Amino acid sequence: MGARTIIPFGPQHPVLPEPIHLDLVLEDEKVVEAIPSIGFIHRGLERLAEKKDIHEMAYVSERICGICSFTHGMGYCTAIEAVMKIDVPERGHYLRMIWSEMSRIHSHLLWAGLLADGFGFENLFMQSWRLRERILDLIEETTGGRVIFGSCKIGGSRRDIADDVMARLLKELASLEKDCHAITDTFMEDSTVAKRTRGVGVIAPDDAIALGAVGPMLRASGVASDSRSLGYALYPELSFAPIVEKDGDCWARTAVRVREIYQSFDLIRQCAAKMKPGPVDVKVSGNPSGEYWARLEQPRGEVIYYVKGNGTKNLERYRVRTPTFANVPPLVHMLKNIDLADVPVIVLTIDPCISCTER
Amino acid sequence: MGLGKLSFTALKGVFSKPATRRYPFEARPPIAKSRGRIHFDDGKCTYCSLCELKCPPDAIKVDRQGRVFAIDHLLCILCGACVEACQKGSLSMDAKHGEPWTEKQKLSWHTEAPPKPSGDAAPKA
Repeated sequence: MGARTIIPFGPQHPVLPEPIHLDLVLEDEKVVEAIPSIGFIHRGLERLAEKKDIHEMAYVSERICGICSFTHGMGYCTAIEAVMKIDVPERGHYLRMIWSEMSRIHSHLLWAGLLADGFGFENLFMQSWRLRERILDLIEETTGGRVIFGSCKIGGSRRDIADDVMARLLKELASLEKDCHAITDTFMEDSTVAKRTRGVGVIAPDDAIALGAVGPMLRASGVASDSRSLGYALYPELSFAPIVEKDGDCWARTAVRVREIYQSFDLIRQCAAKMKPGPVDVKVSGNPSGEYWARLEQPRGEVIYYVKGNGTKNLERYRVRTPTFANVPPLVHMLKNIDLADVPVIVLTIDPCISCTER
Repeated sequence: MGLGKLSFTALKGVFSKPATRRYPFEARPPIAKSRGRIHFDDGKCTYCSLCELKCPPDAIKVDRQGRVFAIDHLLCILCGACVEACQKGSLSMDAKHGEPWTEKQKLSWHTEAPPKPSGDAAPKA
């Protein structure tokens, strides 16, 4: 056994857009242990549920995270609607699913750019984010916001997408899908990318399940687990199967996310084809009384919302279990016995979102 | 990447238009229905304070007696809840995002109450 050295990784680190700290215990160049610590950006958003009324909390919930913001708003509204037994109109559900999939595309493209930056492929990083700008423009055109959509409310959606806008949206998405191939082919086929990702940070399916991995992390290890299969919103109406890869390494996690980008394009097309004219929301009156767990699939994995209402305009308890929190124990497991140089790539492939984790 | 594909990509890069816009000389036109800055029309407002009630970050303060409407644009989260709540159409949203604020300030408007109908008006028939 060589001498042990502790290298601090984060909270400020070039590959980390948000602060998480890892103490990397090294023996020569090999990591033997990683000790994570979080708590740099806790904002106490769950506690705000006691001050803001249930309708205002939808805006607060969206601000838990700047990347998967729409799903946070949608999950909160889904949980409250279940407690208050509100039936959201069909068109409201389809609009939510379209925005949720658009948010997945923009999140995965953002992540693809960060990963490319993480292994030093600057051009690929810029091209990924250039494509992401186009999806952000479409989001702004349909919701009014770029990263904070603000289009989901208790009882349905706050905005409708007119038929002419929808036609333009589908046309632009088809063109974007074509252009995405240039970058995704590089991720999947380029030998330099494969050198940094193939066989790096492998996690076996059993370990992934035992350590509670969720989302693309779990699916890359061969476990077909996707909360969209549980049937929230109107996902059962769509033709959908979780995307699974077998290897469980960084390349497999990249492949899952790359294929999910194209799956999202397909799901948006299916939603647009099935949407019928009609109301997008229902009037909500009264206050929630009771509790509910809602499980949704964010771009990063399964997210759980717990709401407990006591018949007043404020919730008694609001709790969010976010995917990155679930993915930290598998990350610590993966970081054992790898080279120090591979740490940034492995940390990035869990798609860490620390704002979600700490709220 | 083969030499042919490499040369094609390089030549394409030389002859194609730049991917970026020459900002600030060439600004992107605002996207319609984007949620930009809140506009207040004091001519239409009845100072009912519904907007204050609906504002999630409490950026709007309305004094019903004094007929004062005040908004702190730095607190505003541009959600549009006040515009939806306004019954008189005195609040609207601009598609532009507006200039950055250089100092903290709270903008307020005050209008005098319309004259009350005088008591010696002609009695109803």
